[in-house]
Amino acid sequence: MSALLITGGRVIDPAAGTDTQADVLIRDGSIEAIGTGLRDPEAKRFDATGAIVAPGFIDMHVHLREPGIEHAETIETGARAAAAGGFTTICCMPNTLPVNDSATVTSYIIQRAAQVAKVNVFPIGAITKGSLGEELAAIGSMREAGIVAISDDGRPVMNARVMRRAMELARALDLTVIDHCEDLHLSAGGDMHEGRESVRLGLGGIPSASEDVMVARDLLLAELTGARFHVAHLSTSRSMAMVAFAKTRGLEVSCEVTPHHFALTDRELGDYDSNFKMKPPLRCSEDTEAVIDGIVSGVVDAIATDHAPHAGSDKMQEFERCPFGILGLETALGLSLSELVHPGRITVNRMVELFTTGPANILKLNRGSLAPGAPADVTIFDLTTEWAYDVQQSYSKSRNSPFSGRSFRGGPLATIVGGEIVWKRR
Amino acid sequence: MTYARAGKSAGLLDIESLDRPEIEAILDRAHFFQPIESGPFRRQDTLRGKMIVNLFFEASTRTRVSFEIAAKRLGADTVSIAAQGSSVSKGESLVDTLNTLVAMRPNAIVMRHAASGAPHFLARHLPIPIINAGDGTHEHPTQALLDARTILDQRPTLEGLRIAIIGDIAHSRVARSNVHLLSKFGVDIVLCGPPSLLPCELEHLAPGVRLAWDMTEAIRGADVIMMLRVQLERQHEAPIPSGEYFRFYGLRLEHLALARPDVIVMHPGPINRGRELSSEVADSQRSVILNQVENGIAVRMAVLERILGGQS
Repeated sequence: MSALLITGGRVIDPAAGTDTQADVLIRDGSIEAIGTGLRDPEAKRFDATGAIVAPGFIDMHVHLREPGIEHAETIETGARAAAAGGFTTICCMPNTLPVNDSATVTSYIIQRAAQVAKVNVFPIGAITKGSLGEELAAIGSMREAGIVAISDDGRPVMNARVMRRAMELARALDLTVIDHCEDLHLSAGGDMHEGRESVRLGLGGIPSASEDVMVARDLLLAELTGARFHVAHLSTSRSMAMVAFAKTRGLEVSCEVTPHHFALTDRELGDYDSNFKMKPPLRCSEDTEAVIDGIVSGVVDAIATDHAPHAGSDKMQEFERCPFGILGLETALGLSLSELVHPGRITVNRMVELFTTGPANILKLNRGSLAPGAPADVTIFDLTTEWAYDVQQSYSKSRNSPFSGRSFRGGPLATIVGGEIVWKRR
Repeated sequence: MTYARAGKSAGLLDIESLDRPEIEAILDRAHFFQPIESGPFRRQDTLRGKMIVNLFFEASTRTRVSFEIAAKRLGADTVSIAAQGSSVSKGESLVDTLNTLVAMRPNAIVMRHAASGAPHFLARHLPIPIINAGDGTHEHPTQALLDARTILDQRPTLEGLRIAIIGDIAHSRVARSNVHLLSKFGVDIVLCGPPSLLPCELEHLAPGVRLAWDMTEAIRGADVIMMLRVQLERQHEAPIPSGEYFRFYGLRLEHLALARPDVIVMHPGPINRGRELSSEVADSQRSVILNQVENGIAVRMAVLERILGGQS
């Protein structure tokens, strides 16, 4: 039986409200104890002096591309990138080939992850068959096979009646409905945020309203059905205001934001670099400010990366032909520190919450805490190590990051999953 | 974070990043290249031995021929490639196509492409000057230069002029390049079109820009009226019933009375008579549409010479 003693770190566990200098003792894959002066002569030791010891970070929004698009990413490589980013749990979206709309695909992902993934991989099932937005997928069977939520991410359910039925079913099954909120008619032909920059660059615009009308629709449907509803990668000021309003009305509603939506604006696409192309698009500075304000005020429940690998050949094209999406797993913590914590906008405790209890509560996962008996998923990071991100060294199979070359202060030091150190900064 | 515009010094990607003295230098040099009376264009051998590839991924007659003649008048060799007959139709990517061409050692590539930013994207990856002959709905720098040359043939200066640009502004690379150029010279610019083709953000494209939905308002007191082609191929929806377009945004003789008496009418071509402007206007004394075509060659000679002249 194996034991690991993490000594001398600052233990931050938002679930328990603790922030204290302590040791953490792990045995047989579970947290055994937290306290000062813990001893276990048999245990392996990890010196966390000067570092922060937190519950394992959860990224509730990634694309692992397996099955079907393995040249861009696999469960194995995506999980390695996650570990290097300090994540111990990732939830993978269903837009694979085939779409994860059946228990068969769900089981494949779970079994494959058990064989090759260094971190926990929890699949998210499709809302509709093939994510075509017409007929509900086998949601009940997928639930039994192990999905943690449903979403037609990337191909939003345009038919409000279908969405209503999905929410009704999800409520009965105690599943969270995650929507990529985008009115496809309003965003058609768009390659970036609609505004001064899109007009200047002569690129088709995706108006903020294409997100806002769907957030509004979904919030109304969530109220109608009583479903637990989550807005994926929220990016606009009005959507933020609507989610805040829905929360004051007592709806079981949550939202996530991505690091790129608080770290970048549409002014950074100046050279038609497709590493700045994703959905929702990088918005204008008012939206970016609203996203940060939402993080500060508590409207935002989680930071998620929307890690979306694309093979180099797909991104080496004319901007309008390139697919949407960028890598995110390895830079999320560094960006959160540099954009949110170091400037003093939020405390490091609040940041930890956004990576742990936040997503765990949204998906009702038995993760995100260091309580004795909990799975020993631990993220160790610090606020001071200087490092630079070089996407050519990424564990991901793809290279589509706008952050390559960026310097960070503070970042992940070690990632522990089920008591095993699966990644350590060299 | 700002990104250096790679290739800016080497090629010509857009008007936005050119400064006023550079534009003036090109316009002055183009004046030198203009033919005298009805004579031929001057022949120079400045670019003897140079090879220029004209790569047109979008159909074009006037711009392609204009670049070809400009290059030949300067003594350069030219090869023109239309995308339909190229390896692009066999699934080759843009970068691979260009890399293949670059391996054949041309001195510059003149490129037209349906995607905005395609030349900027290539300029970041290729070690060769790229001259933008129109990229999607972004810019068409040599068109703005030839338009400015044409106006300057009629007026002593651009400063203080009032210029109305009318039509499908949203999808017009000609409009964007012209706005950037004219704004650098202190022109009072009015952009006019139906609401769906006139995004309100255009007002912030450059200093001195005003928007108008009403054509009579745009034309009143104008020194220059630039009509744009309706770019049906770039529109995802019918912006306005087609019968209504000419009625509200087509230029007719009676409109000219609202403008200054010496107003000139311009159009980048190809013109659709009866859609953007009436036949009477197109053929009137006020129209300088054919002068624009002629100036296209002079301006492109100046551009090619500037980019390739100093190269050994």
